[in-house]
Amino acid sequence: MTIASPTTGVIAATGSVPREAVAAGHARGHLRALESEAIHILREVAGEFEQPVILFSGGKDSILVLHLARKAFHPAPLPFSLLHVDTGHNFPEVIAYRDSVVAAGGLRLLVAHVQDWIDDGRLTERPDGTRNPLQTVPLVDTIAARKFDAVIGGARRDEERSRAKERIFSLRDAFGGWDPRRQRPELWGLYNGRHAAGEHVRVFPLSNWTELDVWNYIAAEQIVLPDIYYAHEREVFARNGMWLTPGEWGGPVGDEQVERRRVRYRTVGDMSCTGAVESAARDVNAVIDEIIVTRVTERGATRADDKLSEAAMEDRKREGYF
Amino acid sequence: MSAQTLGVRNPAPAHSGLDDVLPLGPPRGLLRFATAGSVDDGKSTLVGRLLHDSKSVLSDQLDAVNRTSAARGLDSPDLSLLVDGLRAEREQGITIDVAYRYFATGIRSFILADTPGHVQYTRNTVTGASTADLVIILVDARTGVVAQTRRHAAVAALLGVPHLLLAVNKIDLVDFDEAVFDRIAADFDRYAVNLGIGEVTAIPISALHGDNVVARSHRIGWYDGPSVLEHLELVDLADARSTGGLRFPVQYVIRPRTESHPDYRGYAGRVAAGTVRPGDEIVALPSGARSTVAAIDTADGLKDVAVAGDSVTLLLTDDVDLSRGDLIASVTDQPELSTEFSVTVTQLADKGLRPGLRALLRYGTSTTRVLVSAIDHLLDIDTLDRVPAPPALALNDIAQVTLRTVEPVAVEDFRPGGAVGSLLVVDPADGTTLAAGMVGDRRAAVQTTGAGQALPGVEATTNRCPVLGEPTRALPSANFPTPGP
Ligand SMILES: Nc1nc2c(ncn2[C@@H]2O[C@H](COP(=O)(O)OP(=O)(O)O)[C@@H](O)[C@H]2O)c(=O)[nH]1
Repeated sequence: MTIASPTTGVIAATGSVPREAVAAGHARGHLRALESEAIHILREVAGEFEQPVILFSGGKDSILVLHLARKAFHPAPLPFSLLHVDTGHNFPEVIAYRDSVVAAGGLRLLVAHVQDWIDDGRLTERPDGTRNPLQTVPLVDTIAARKFDAVIGGARRDEERSRAKERIFSLRDAFGGWDPRRQRPELWGLYNGRHAAGEHVRVFPLSNWTELDVWNYIAAEQIVLPDIYYAHEREVFARNGMWLTPGEWGGPVGDEQVERRRVRYRTVGDMSCTGAVESAARDVNAVIDEIIVTRVTERGATRADDKLSEAAMEDRKREGYF
Repeated sequence: MSAQTLGVRNPAPAHSGLDDVLPLGPPRGLLRFATAGSVDDGKSTLVGRLLHDSKSVLSDQLDAVNRTSAARGLDSPDLSLLVDGLRAEREQGITIDVAYRYFATGIRSFILADTPGHVQYTRNTVTGASTADLVIILVDARTGVVAQTRRHAAVAALLGVPHLLLAVNKIDLVDFDEAVFDRIAADFDRYAVNLGIGEVTAIPISALHGDNVVARSHRIGWYDGPSVLEHLELVDLADARSTGGLRFPVQYVIRPRTESHPDYRGYAGRVAAGTVRPGDEIVALPSGARSTVAAIDTADGLKDVAVAGDSVTLLLTDDVDLSRGDLIASVTDQPELSTEFSVTVTQLADKGLRPGLRALLRYGTSTTRVLVSAIDHLLDIDTLDRVPAPPALALNDIAQVTLRTVEPVAVEDFRPGGAVGSLLVVDPADGTTLAAGMVGDRRAAVQTTGAGQALPGVEATTNRCPVLGEPTRALPSANFPTPGP
C-alpha cells in the first residue's frame, strides 16, 4: 500500500486497530439490527408486490437472502419463488448445492439457461468466452415473460462504487434498465415499490451489509455454504492476476500453466471470470480472520468483469444487469 | 457436498445464533452520519481521508486512485477519487446523489450517507440526513459560513438530527489561525442556536493534509479537542425510540395453513416505537378493536420482549380483523385518528404539490388516498423564515401543507429518526415519490424545544464544544411574514 503521505506534521495514527476489536465492532447488536432491517424489507416486498422472485445462484449472498426470507415468514412457507440465470459455466459444486437446497426446502426454482439463448440465436458467444455479461438478456426476458414485479438480489453497497448509490428498492424500466435519475429518494424506513405496468423493482435487502457482516452472520447462524468457499486443493492457472479453474469455458490457453494450489472463493460467479484466492481458511472463523486482515476488496480480488473499465459495473447496470 | 437445508443449523445448537454465538457487541454501537457542504469545500477529500486514515480503504481501491491520480498528472493521490461515484459525476465533477459508505473502527461501526453539496440538491441532503444521528457540515475556512452552510444546518434541524459537527476545513490555507476558526464557529453558533439545534461541535481540520481528521494535529496547537473520527466514535447516542407507547405497523399477515400450523395467525412487522411483551393490551387502528399480545414469535423462537427496531411476529389472544396497513398500538398511549393534518414536506420530484392535487399517502405500512388541501407557507431554507406559499411547490422546496384523507389515519407528530410521523406523497400515475413529509409543524417544534429534545424522555443536550460557549434558547420570532393563500 503506497500512498505518498502528505501528512507531515501530523501525529501518526496509533497503529492499526486490534483484530478482536474490529470483529467485536460487527458483532451481535449490529448483526441483529441488520437482520431486522433485512426482514423488514423482505416483508415489505411480500406485502406490496404480486410476483416477487429471489435471484438464487447458490452464492453466499443469495444464500443469505434466502435464509433471511425464510426467517421473515416463519413458520409459513416462503412466499417467493427462486430464479437462477445459469451461464452454463457455473461451478458444479454450487449447482449441486443449489439443487439440494431447493429439494430439501420444497422451494420453487426456475432456471434460465444462457445456453438456450445462444442456441436460438438471441445471444452470441463472446470471443473471450466469458458469459457473465450474457446473463442480462435471459434475466430481463424471464422477468418480462413471468411478469415478476419484484426481483430480490443479494447485492451490497460496499461491493463497488456505483452500487454505493443503489437504492434498496431500485426501479427498472421495461428493458430492465436502471436510470440513476429516476431513482427515488429513500427516507427513513419508507420504501416505495409502486411502478408502471411492465416495470419492475429490484430489491436489495443486504444493501447495508459489508462482506464482514455477511461472514459474521453466516458464522452466528451456522449457515452451510458450498464447500468452495473454504480452502481446498484445486487445479488452477493464473490469468490477469487471478487463479482460475480450468474448464470447457476456455482455459487455460497459450502458455498458461495449470498448478495445484490451496484456494478458496470469495464470490462464486461464472467460472470464466471468478478467481480464487490463496487461502488456508478451512472454516468460517478462519475465513473471518482472513477477511479482517485482507487488503483487497471482494470484487477486486475475484471478478475480472469489474476490472474491465472504471465504469464497468455502472454500464452493466444501466443495461439491466444486477 | 454437505449442504442440506438452509436456515437449519448444523449441528443444531441449543441456543439462538445471534444471542449467544457472538457475545460481544460493538463497544459503542452503530453511528449513522451524513456529510454536507458546498461544492469544493472538501467533502470528498474529507470522506476519502476518513476512509483512508481509518484503514477502511483496501489496496485495490487505493491502486485505482493512485493510477487515476497519476494519469491526471497529480503528484499526490487525490483521495476524493475514492468516493466519486457515478460516471455523470465524474464527467461533470460534481456529486449528484447520496452514496453510502461503510467502515468500522474498534469502537464503532459507521454508515456514512455522503450527500452532494450542489445548491439544487436539497432533496439529497434531506434523504441523507433522514436517518442520520449526526451531520458533518463543512465550511471553507477562507469563506466561512455561507448560505449553503445555513441551509444544511436548517435541514438537519428540521429533520431532528441530534448532533451537528462543523468542520472548518482548509485551515492550512489560513495559516492555522485560531481567530479565523473562532469567528466562524461563533458565526455558526449564533445561527444554530436560533434554529434550535441540539448540539454543535466545531473542529478545525485540513482534509487534504489529514490534520484533525483521524489523528489530532500538532500543527493546530491551540485546539485541544477531539479529531473528527474521535468525535464520531465518542458522541453520545441516546436512543429514545423504545420509550413511550408501542407502535407496530402491520406489514404482513402470516397464515401458514399447513399441517403443522393449521390455525396460526401472526402479524409480522417491525417495532417502530416502544416495547412489547406478552400480556400487553393493544388496540388495532384504525378499527379500534382491542386484544392482548399472546406471544412474540420469531424464527429463533418465542421472545419475552421486543424493542424498537426488532422485526417480530405478534400473536394475539383474540381473532381481530387486522391486515397490512393497520397499526397495533398500546391501549394506554395510542395515536388519534385524523383525516386532516398539517405536514412539513420536502418536494422531491418535478411534479409539485399544489392545492387540489390528489395523490397517495404512504404512512407506516398503509397506503391511502390523499388530497393536498392547502399549501400554508414555504420555508426559506436559509433562515427557516415563513414566506408566502407559491401556487405549486418546486423541486427542493420545503413547505408546510395541509393534507386531507378519506379514511382516518393514525398519524402523529414526527419523531427524530422518522420511525413515527414520517410519510411519503406518491403519484398514483407512475409511482413517483413526490414529497416526503414530517407530520406536525417541524419548524415550530425545533424552535420551541430544540431538535435534540423533540422526543419525550430525551434529556436536553447541553454539552457543547467548549469553543462555542454556552447555549442559549431561542424563542420563535414574533414577526413572521403572514402566510400566503
Ligand atoms: N489546501 C487544502 N485544500 C483542500 C483541503 N480539502 C480539500 N481541498 C481541495 O479543495 C478542492 C475541493 O475538494 P473536494 O473534496 O473535491 O470538494 P467537494 O466538492 O466538497 O467534494 C480539491 O482541490 C481539494 O484538494 C484542505 O484541507 N486544504
